[in-house]
Amino acid sequence: MPGIEKISIVISKGSLEGIYPGLIMANGARAEGIEANLFFTFFGLDAIHRKRHEHIKLATVGNPALHMATWLGGFPGISSVMTHYIESKMDGIDIPSIPEFIEMIADTGAGLYACKATVDLFGMSKDDFVDQVQDIITVGDFYEIAAGGQIIFT
Amino acid sequence: MSTITLAGKDIARTDDGFFEDPSQWTEDMVPDLAKAEGIEQLTDRHWVVIRFMRSEYLTKGSGPSVRALGKSSGVPIKELYELFPKGPAKQAAKIAGIPKPIGCI
Repeated sequence: MPGIEKISIVISKGSLEGIYPGLIMANGARAEGIEANLFFTFFGLDAIHRKRHEHIKLATVGNPALHMATWLGGFPGISSVMTHYIESKMDGIDIPSIPEFIEMIADTGAGLYACKATVDLFGMSKDDFVDQVQDIITVGDFYEIAAGGQIIFT
Repeated sequence: MSTITLAGKDIARTDDGFFEDPSQWTEDMVPDLAKAEGIEQLTDRHWVVIRFMRSEYLTKGSGPSVRALGKSSGVPIKELYELFPKGPAKQAAKIAGIPKPIGCI
């Protein structure tokens, strides 16, 4: 049976736990010699936003797997504290920060794209994104780029 | 498992092409192993990576991931993918006769 040769991953969420899985999967695909593209849409655009991607936070509200009372998760500063905690754990096992990871994934030869509909909706432009972003594309362009491979939505 | 003949020796390899016994590997096998990976022209930079993989395996017991390679081999990630387009850690491990590096990043 032939293996997977190409994947396109959609990152649609802007929380730490919403962004990392897609990045890890894209990077891992390239390490296996699989062609990979990343398409950032809606709040997922924060991952490639020049000013915001250093400040991605873990969601501490509405996340039962954190095993924390909802009222506590909403307390001022809790999201920052939890984010700091998980980031230091990640650093301990050599998982790069989001800005470094984006740069690294671009270096692997993966394609990085921003969703045009969201860019228009949020009133953004190409200047808002890191240099590694190749283009702002429509959903139609995305399907053309993704043609012949598998699509993963996160 | 499959067996191939390299430099006059029968080499047992895993189904995905890694040496079963890394001690069977010798440097004169590298050109043939590289060719099997689609690398026709071996450059000094390929050799830097292959020798680094080998020495990391011999000292640490496992080969480095792409991230670790990029950080410590002296060859940046972009160049690693130019040298080994089908996955630097994986291809270089096959060519260096060591097991597949383990790790998600």
